[in-house]
Amino acid sequence: MPVETVEAEDVRAGEFAGSAVKRREDPHLLTGEARYTDDVQYPRMAHLALLGSQYGHAEIGAIDTSAAEESEGVLAVYTHEDLTESGIDGTMPAADPENGVAVERPLLARERVRYQGQPVAAVVAEGRYDAFRALDLIEVEYDRLEAAPELEDALAEGAPRLHDAAEGNVCFESETGDEEATEEAFSDADHTVALTVANNRVIPTAMEPRAAVARYRKSEDALIVELSSQNPHSVQDRLSDVLDVPEHRVTVRVPDVGGGFGAKLQPYSGHLLSAWCAMALERPIKWQARRTDDFQSMVHARHQETEIEAALSAEGDLLGLRGHIDADLGGYATGGGVGIPQGTAAMLCGQYDVPAGHVSVRGVFTNTAPISAYRGAGRPEAAYVIERLGSACARELEIDPAEFRRRNFIPSKEFPVETALGRSYDSGDYEKTLDRALEIVGYDGFRQRQEAAREEEKYLGIGFSSYVEVCGGSSGDMEGGLVRMNPEGGVVVGTGTQDTGQGHATSFAQVVADELGVDYDAVEVIEGDTDRVPEGGGTAGSRSLPMGGGALREAAGRLVEKGRTIAAHQLEASEADIEFDDGEFRVRGVPDRTVTIEAVAEAAYSPGDLPEGVDAGMEETAFFTPEGSTAPFGTHVAIVEVDPDTGELGFERYVAVDDVGTQINPKLVEGQIKGGIAQGIGQAVYEEGRYDENANLATGSLQDYAMPKSWQLPEVDWESTETPSPNNPLGAKGVGEAGTIAAMPAVVNAAIDALSPFGVDDLDAPLSEETLWRAARGETR
Amino acid sequence: MATHEISLTVNGEDRGLEVESGTLLVHALRDQLGYTGPNVGCESTVCGACTVRVDGDSVKSCTVLAVQADGSEVTTVSGLADGDDLHPLQESFRDEHALQCGYCTPGMLMSSLSLLEREPDPDREEIREGIEGNLCRCTGYEPIVDAVEAAAGEMRGGTDAASEEGE
Repeated sequence: MPVETVEAEDVRAGEFAGSAVKRREDPHLLTGEARYTDDVQYPRMAHLALLGSQYGHAEIGAIDTSAAEESEGVLAVYTHEDLTESGIDGTMPAADPENGVAVERPLLARERVRYQGQPVAAVVAEGRYDAFRALDLIEVEYDRLEAAPELEDALAEGAPRLHDAAEGNVCFESETGDEEATEEAFSDADHTVALTVANNRVIPTAMEPRAAVARYRKSEDALIVELSSQNPHSVQDRLSDVLDVPEHRVTVRVPDVGGGFGAKLQPYSGHLLSAWCAMALERPIKWQARRTDDFQSMVHARHQETEIEAALSAEGDLLGLRGHIDADLGGYATGGGVGIPQGTAAMLCGQYDVPAGHVSVRGVFTNTAPISAYRGAGRPEAAYVIERLGSACARELEIDPAEFRRRNFIPSKEFPVETALGRSYDSGDYEKTLDRALEIVGYDGFRQRQEAAREEEKYLGIGFSSYVEVCGGSSGDMEGGLVRMNPEGGVVVGTGTQDTGQGHATSFAQVVADELGVDYDAVEVIEGDTDRVPEGGGTAGSRSLPMGGGALREAAGRLVEKGRTIAAHQLEASEADIEFDDGEFRVRGVPDRTVTIEAVAEAAYSPGDLPEGVDAGMEETAFFTPEGSTAPFGTHVAIVEVDPDTGELGFERYVAVDDVGTQINPKLVEGQIKGGIAQGIGQAVYEEGRYDENANLATGSLQDYAMPKSWQLPEVDWESTETPSPNNPLGAKGVGEAGTIAAMPAVVNAAIDALSPFGVDDLDAPLSEETLWRAARGETR
Repeated sequence: MATHEISLTVNGEDRGLEVESGTLLVHALRDQLGYTGPNVGCESTVCGACTVRVDGDSVKSCTVLAVQADGSEVTTVSGLADGDDLHPLQESFRDEHALQCGYCTPGMLMSSLSLLEREPDPDREEIREGIEGNLCRCTGYEPIVDAVEAAAGEMRGGTDAASEEGE
């Protein structure tokens, strides 16, 4: 049953955290009062539109902008030369991988384009339609080059080289684990099981396309950029670097954001150019990308091809893992493109106690949109590989797949652990989530039911995914949290995380209201304004609650300590004798000598009322760094039916049992998990970003890219367990990505199981009807 | 560019405006009249974020020209509540956490309303089919189905809804 929500006013004070409080974000989103970036308008605002490259790989000759410049309403047309002539270098900071090469990322193409849709020229016009019309009038001379849209094209002998610096189109190589110990494990093994697993390219596709509105106030030399983003402070850094403006002159504000999922972490050419144009033209500039612009030139995700092999004892114990990942970077390397596959390599032990492992990674340029973060960023890829391998091992050794997982789980008493591939897991109880999932799904009777169905030519399959991921920040990460109590008792809190639909304002208010013992409605949450909130790292890697919540909790705790000092003075008691509970300071053992935190706050702004040595004000900012990362986990089980005559896949059941640590708002946790599962199932069954042999994007619209529709997804039976993280004060592990990480292997394993009577032991996602129909006939795509 | 004088009644207000021949209804509503409830997600009739009601029918306002709507009554999401009282669909979307980023929500609400007018007591499958023209990337749709089901009960009358919840 879905979690039932409650109104905050029906929750007892001090018990907000843990309650399924209805979201405070919702009223404005439900009534048309939302303010997304495209809703922002200013007087004299002009519109920026970008011309994307027609081809996936070409030299660029002359660009004739004269007709576009003459077009109605056009204010200016810009190419790369205009940027460099203005005194900036016209590039975005490049990823600089260890053991690899850095390549320049131009804002507007210089000499060569390396993926279809790469921005080539910019038009600024009075109206958005004026700008679009002018784009069609720009004449670009393209000298087409042979393209390498697929990894195998790019890695082939004699492949076209994308970047002079990258021989063989290899950007970087890396490895993790202990090669010698791993080889030893393999030489001692009774069995080995090898698998080639492809993680298909997907396109994040938040419902709101990218957008920015930039203003420049010349008299103050101040740049104000409002944009749809997950990380305002990093956008501020980037604007400062790229435009050569001091950071303190740049304000970044983020209005409502229509979804991000990782793809809105970095600012793109359009965001940065809207700011550059605002400075060049001294007018407010709006850039609103169209859907096809987003498909072509926003980051794509996943695409990795992995060789993986397990060494096993005769009884089915994992002894070692070895593998190699070829990771597609697209036409340019982003920080995410370089980091994500290395993260995948480190996560390949999954939930299992693997004594030795070694995995190498090679990052490869192709003539496709750059690859970077998308919900899970490296962990879904790893979970898919290890959970496919786990099921393959069970099949090969004729062990029940649930039993195979159980016998290899890291035992709950061993946490915290560091895996053979170098990832630390904070806490876990993997059997508990597996057992509960098996119970809900009725696994005991399933095999009999499956057998009976097969006799009636109905092909049911069950698929398991016992996943773990690592998120929630790290000991090298920090987040700012500001908590201020005003003289009249109202509380304003701010962090550098950024809501893109998760419900931060609700959950942060729950955390702080409890910590200060004040009413939930007394707490106002601010995000998305670099002038008003402390430095922080935005929202990525399910870090907002562990990091932002951690910072707010720490700042609120310091405020209570300051309040204790003031209360001791007011109550004429020693500080050590002051207790704080439910918003009241009390003298221990003297129940009627109390003062509320609101009264303390009022006094805090009257210096005459303060004890000696205490500064005025009731405000604290904490910069929080956790002990380490967190490791959410769980088991998902899918039961599907595949019709071998049509290739249709239907869901009979989807069960998810997740542990994301302590839950602040169980309804929001449920929402994140279910929404995450939808994206994992999308990759498993429907979605694939595809290029043709000339590197034209074949899935460049919502007609062609198969984002799941309402009737294509199953109902999810969801339950949770709560194993707190020891690494942050809330015990929260983060929940944004877990569902997506878990779902894909459960579904693909289920389809393989369904088609096993046809000899199928391998399938590549997405599981289109054609793929499944062919597989049932012994063909692979 | 040729321009045209048109008039629209939006959420009960009579508005006159001048539009280009090619101006989409959604841009006329948003940019010229300031009704920013309907959102633009695809400009190709697929995602449904721009869904409004034109003379009582659900219409994707990104693929209707403003001139085609001349003289029509248009209702956007801002016209759904009755003063301070949210529509039962708006209430149930909040109760069931049927929205996250909110971008698809205005369109999802308008399509759900049309569904419930056609079929006041839809089963879950009918709800899923009824909103298939509206894409949501955040929720996985299940909470939206929960919300439409609950609102349908509410709109038919309280007792009906109570008995369904007891199931």
